[in-house]
Amino acid sequence: MQTALHAHEREHISTFSRQKRRETLVGYSFVTPAVLLLIFFLVLPFLLAVVFGFTKFNLLRPDKIHFTGLDNYKLLFTDGLFYKSLWNTLYFTVTVVPVQSGVALMLALLVNNSLKLRNVFRIAYFSPVVTSMTVIAILWISLYNPNEGLINSALHFFGISNQPFLRSSSQAMNSIIFMSVWQAAGYQMMIFLAGLQGISKDLYEASSIDGASKLQQLRYITIPSLYNVTVFVLTITTIQAVKLFVQPYIMTNGGPENSTRTLALLIYQQGFQFRNAGYASAISVIFFLIVVLISFSMKKFLRDK
Amino acid sequence: MRNTRTKVLLYVLNIIMSLLFIIPLLWMVVSSLKPENQIFSDLSSLKSLLPLHITLDNYRMAFERIPMMKFLFNSLFYVSVICISGLGVNSICGYALAKLRFRGSEFILVCIIALMIVPFESILMPLYLVINTLHWVNTWFALIVPFIANCFSIFMFRQFFMDIPNEILESASIDGSGPLKTFASIVVPLSGPVFATVFILDFISHWGDFMWPILVTTGESLRNIQLGIQTFFTLPPIYYGQIMATLTFTTVPIIVLFLLLQKYYVQGITSAGIKG
Repeated sequence: MQTALHAHEREHISTFSRQKRRETLVGYSFVTPAVLLLIFFLVLPFLLAVVFGFTKFNLLRPDKIHFTGLDNYKLLFTDGLFYKSLWNTLYFTVTVVPVQSGVALMLALLVNNSLKLRNVFRIAYFSPVVTSMTVIAILWISLYNPNEGLINSALHFFGISNQPFLRSSSQAMNSIIFMSVWQAAGYQMMIFLAGLQGISKDLYEASSIDGASKLQQLRYITIPSLYNVTVFVLTITTIQAVKLFVQPYIMTNGGPENSTRTLALLIYQQGFQFRNAGYASAISVIFFLIVVLISFSMKKFLRDK
Repeated sequence: MRNTRTKVLLYVLNIIMSLLFIIPLLWMVVSSLKPENQIFSDLSSLKSLLPLHITLDNYRMAFERIPMMKFLFNSLFYVSVICISGLGVNSICGYALAKLRFRGSEFILVCIIALMIVPFESILMPLYLVINTLHWVNTWFALIVPFIANCFSIFMFRQFFMDIPNEILESASIDGSGPLKTFASIVVPLSGPVFATVFILDFISHWGDFMWPILVTTGESLRNIQLGIQTFFTLPPIYYGQIMATLTFTTVPIIVLFLLLQKYYVQGITSAGIKG
């Protein structure tokens, strides 16, 4: 009796462990394709970027690589162009993030109702988002044309004289900011809209019975309920903004007078145009640290629901 | 009374804002249909937004000057391959991380979440070296293979598969179907929405590929549509009508795709926001 039980138990355990082993095997085989691809094309390049940051070599002659220790970083912190690019990136980010999120929230409030045409308005706000940035950038070069552009023609209507926009070092970055807000606000609007629709209707009903005005409802119900959604929107907008590349690459190539040169553009130019692969990698590492810093500090603001 | 006033106010604000958002795109489409000299003579009046003398000349001439169709097919081809093979690789990985228990799965998941914040710009150069070492420069492999596995897609799939009840999967495995068959015949048919969402998010993002194709394509043969219009833009003589025609032509496929899969695209954006 006792031995029979033992045998049964043993069998049970062995099928159990066989099953477990099988599940492990299946699990590994399912994740292997993705994991291998990620290792080769994401993890490996990332580790290489860190290593390359301590070296000097020409991109086309990787065999002539040699270690230079912290030289790239020393050079970096005395390079005026690096500081200029860092400043431009920060300026763009610090301006675009609040403006774009603010516009997006306003748009979300405008279409979060029962208006018959609300879907038409939503699609209007959203259409620049699906249009690719290359198309938008080329289109806006034409709109910003200092002599014969649609925007200058519109400004004439209000009695304002021709503006140089992208041709002027004091206006170029702001012109890119304006365009970027126009292009992407619809994206954040959608996220805010989902957040707004998650707020219980009861809260509004109860407060309007208590005599709260629409503005009070906005201040005391809507905005506090959107706290986590807002943190999320600010986080992704910031990370997007720090990567600014296509707009200055196409519209100004970093000019005039480096006024639109950003970190991403600097990495690209150092690495591929001047072929300073080591130096460009060092900038990449700094760039990565900035993105990590932003992501983590934003996480701190998230509240438990 | 107060309600009507709010409604009128909302309409007025919405109309003003919609015009601001739509006018640049409208001008692009209308100008692409106009003779070159008229684009400029109409500039200072409302006629700039009205196509009064429609002509397809700009399209015809732009297509004669650059192989737009070829660029379009290049883009459609490599972006579709990325997205479709990505659906396979990422969904099965997401499924394993959601439903199978094996040593190391937690670790892999944590790594995938951490890798989501690595900006592409910071691995640009070493990735180029990897591709160069593989002799993949100016091949389809360079445009496709590095982007098949996608941490964000894996994560989206995992989140979705977590919600599938275990009982369904267990009953399938009691019926004797293997894990791959369970996945293909039970899980995939239940997961249409997440597949559509991942597909369209991935498609729209790769449709806009610009920085990477500049680096890894050298001739016209593999050039994607974004690079095509950008080179056209810098190719004298510059005619605005023709440029607007290429821009409009580039935007049409993506707008069609968006209108078809709109629901899933919006779901993708918003679910990322809520689950975050």
